[in-house]
Amino acid sequence: MPSPGKSKWAGVLRTPVGVSAATLLAAVLLLAVVAPLLWSDEAAAVDTGQILRGPSAEHWMGTDGLGRDVFHRVLVATGLSVGLALLATAIGVLTGLLLGAAPILLGARAGRVVSAMVNIAVAFPGLLLALFFAVVFGVGASGAVLAIGFALAPAFARLTQTLVAKVSGLDYVAAARIAGLGRVRLLARHVLPNVAEPLVVNATVAAGSALLAFAGLSFLGLGVQAPAYDWGRLLADGLAGLYIHPAAALAPGTAVVVAGLAFNLFGEAIAKGVGLRSAPVVFRRRDRDEPVAPAPAGEDRRSVLAVENLRVTFPGGTAPVRGVSFALRRGESVGIVGESGSGKTLTALAVAQLIEEPGEVTADRLEFRGQPLHELPDRTRQQLLGTSFAMVFQDPMTSFNPTQRIGRQLAEVSEQHHGLGRRQALDRAIDRLQAVRVPAAARRAKQFPHEFSGGMRQRAMIGMGMMGSPALIVADEPTTALDVTVQRQVLRLLQSVRAADDVAILLISHDITVVRRFCERVLVMYAGRIVEDLPAADLPARARHPYTRALLAAVPDMSTELERPLAVIPGRPVDPARVPVGCAFAARCPFADEQCRGADPPLVADREGRRVACWHADVTGGRPMMAEEVRVGE
Amino acid sequence: MTALLSGARTLRGLAGNTWLHFAARRLVRLLISVWVLVTAAFLMIHLIPGDPVRAALGLTASPELVAERRAALGHDEPLWLQYVHYLGGLFSGDAGTSVTSGLPVSRVIGDRLPATVELAGFAFVVAVVAVVVAVPLGVAMAVLTRGGRRRRTELSFTSTSVVLGAVPEFLLAVGLVYVFGVRLGWVPVAGRSGLVSYALPVLALAAGPAAVLARLLRVETLAVLHADYIRTARAKRLPGRIVYLRHALPNAVTATITVGGLLLGAMVAGTVLVENVFAWPGLGTTIVESILAKDYPLVQGIVLVYGTGVLLVNLAVDIALALLDPRSTIKES
Ligand code: SF4
Repeated sequence: MPSPGKSKWAGVLRTPVGVSAATLLAAVLLLAVVAPLLWSDEAAAVDTGQILRGPSAEHWMGTDGLGRDVFHRVLVATGLSVGLALLATAIGVLTGLLLGAAPILLGARAGRVVSAMVNIAVAFPGLLLALFFAVVFGVGASGAVLAIGFALAPAFARLTQTLVAKVSGLDYVAAARIAGLGRVRLLARHVLPNVAEPLVVNATVAAGSALLAFAGLSFLGLGVQAPAYDWGRLLADGLAGLYIHPAAALAPGTAVVVAGLAFNLFGEAIAKGVGLRSAPVVFRRRDRDEPVAPAPAGEDRRSVLAVENLRVTFPGGTAPVRGVSFALRRGESVGIVGESGSGKTLTALAVAQLIEEPGEVTADRLEFRGQPLHELPDRTRQQLLGTSFAMVFQDPMTSFNPTQRIGRQLAEVSEQHHGLGRRQALDRAIDRLQAVRVPAAARRAKQFPHEFSGGMRQRAMIGMGMMGSPALIVADEPTTALDVTVQRQVLRLLQSVRAADDVAILLISHDITVVRRFCERVLVMYAGRIVEDLPAADLPARARHPYTRALLAAVPDMSTELERPLAVIPGRPVDPARVPVGCAFAARCPFADEQCRGADPPLVADREGRRVACWHADVTGGRPMMAEEVRVGE
Repeated sequence: MTALLSGARTLRGLAGNTWLHFAARRLVRLLISVWVLVTAAFLMIHLIPGDPVRAALGLTASPELVAERRAALGHDEPLWLQYVHYLGGLFSGDAGTSVTSGLPVSRVIGDRLPATVELAGFAFVVAVVAVVVAVPLGVAMAVLTRGGRRRRTELSFTSTSVVLGAVPEFLLAVGLVYVFGVRLGWVPVAGRSGLVSYALPVLALAAGPAAVLARLLRVETLAVLHADYIRTARAKRLPGRIVYLRHALPNAVTATITVGGLLLGAMVAGTVLVENVFAWPGLGTTIVESILAKDYPLVQGIVLVYGTGVLLVNLAVDIALALLDPRSTIKES
């Protein structure tokens, strides 16, 4: 069985760029070894009758000033060019490692001096450093190897510093240090293995740069000296005869570019392959214009949101939200609770019309304040949502634009949707900041997000939602990124906004205790569906779905609710790409039987309007369930 | 008394000003960097194995001549005294005497510097203009190609910029000379005579950085478009124009400027190679000549000039960043 590391590297070779880069690099390396062995004689053969000839059948790329075959010389030069570049890279990586690990090897104080020097050296371009060291080490191949190696070192030192800083914060490294492990062994055994991967990737790219730099130095006459020759040397020789015989300059030039590119592309490919630069997950917006059944007449005036059979699908048949229906009335607070991956956040984004391509949203009915969102013209819908639909996101740190002042970010809502001027809009923003109890609002409005504390940012985010006159605030895990006391403040603020302005609140959370305390109704989602819908007051005693009961059972102690770790239920949540037939919860449910595995239970309402989707809701609701009962084998 | 109090208050007010903090920190860093640079240039000669004077004069020089030169250059003095003299000399504008020509280093540099500054300056302007053109292009590419749409467009854009960015400037220079100088005969292939002679070296210097920046801008814009604050901007129902220009662009540009600064610094060094391809009468050809001739005082002087140039570019970039992204004025931990 392949180790995960191996399969990652194999994955690199499966991308077209990865394959071509690897092939090219392998060819270059092979040539570097083989060419000097095979063709050195041909490359050195002087033919005074054939000086500076153009390409011919005998000499593909012509001959040089001594009548030597350019093609063979370029091939043979691969050995020296690549070999010296690799040597220089090795020196650079090694020196960089030592410099970067200085804090470990030399202790904190000496380490700090070294780091400061490295930070200054990094600011200078490599070629300048190489020139500097070329003076110190002298003109010639060995001097140039050292020069380029040392010129590469600061960048690797910097990289090592960053990586080591990350690793040495880890518990086991600290533990090893306390255990009195020697510095060198600490470095070799605990630190190096953890920083090896990014180092290898960067070394590959650096080898490409070293190759180019070496060509540069040799071209200037500071690197390889005659009679030895590398590509840079050949290029310098060929350049003089560029008019009569361009191939002598262009051939080594092309060789440098191709070989440099091989190293660069391969480095990039493995960087991508091992996920050093992973691409973020993409959601895209799609404005749909499918006709939707008109709202039934005599609609409740207090209806804020009506959702029927809402589905979110992604290409490839993944459906993370599979037919969700619910409604919100003015001033009502409803919570959606579920594990991550249950589809609760996507439900919120779909309702907010914020699902991006290639995601698709469909619904039999999706109405906001009695207006069918899918049918409204773009402008009207944006206006409607912009003034009365507010969102609060999980991470207040990343949810504000870091380059804009807070006041501006609030004010632009009113500039856009209420036609206010800059000044008036800013006044309104300050007023709203006051309303969400941001102290010294006028001064704060001029500040940037990074100057706000986390709790204050989240309040400002709520204030942003109140720039208009919101009928609904959708808050997606609004307190998860905050610490406990701040969590309470933010929830209290939301609560008071709701009470004061009759605003409906849809609170998304993984935390059933938060939802239970805050909301009037609780929707429990599992695998993209609502599995239970009941008044918060009915929790925990009247919860009927085994999943709801499992969520409740995973809450260890009611008195320390907010400090406890996240609820964990044994077994794994359902992968939205592979939803099983039958009840999605069956694999983790202690009550599962043949019926459960054969057919998905419908969401049925009882006389009081409580809904549940479980074949055995009456049985499970009949007796209290212990945490042990929920434990399910996979 | 009140004056004192208000003075103290002003001071405290200033202390709270992140901008002033930033300026002060940046100034200290610049001074330290310059000091390190000067010291490195001084030590460079003493790090060379053997006697640099003997090396410069050659094996055939008589011992008397060597001794005389050593004394003239002050190489007999203890190292620390030489260091003090060197610093003192630099402060009064004396960077020593060129061994080969016997002229003051400052004069040789003064003669050659304008050609290099012009070259780098033109290349900088061209690169900036190209990037200003590339900004909308990069953003447009990001918007057009996100989510795997228009694969072909993306691929050709990426591969063009990758290749252009990977070709070092001196090879590009050789290629340009071949195409425009040799084959087409449009421009002179070497020397500095008239405006046309600037075309190729400037192009050789500017093309790579411009290509890299355009590509980077695309990648950055793609990343920024997935940022939480862009979702917030969409949740505010702002029109696409404002989402892209006000919220995406400034954030994408920040990273581009950081890398742009590095490329600019590299461009200063790149002039060395490009000048040598075009036999440009600037500092780049001079430093190579003086290294080969072992004219160390001149090498020292030119290294100082290049180093200072890079430090100034870095300073300019940091200031530009601070203006664009207020976070960068906070002390990095
Ligand atoms: S339907 Fe069956 S498997 Fe599903 S939750 Fe109810 S009892 Fe468990």
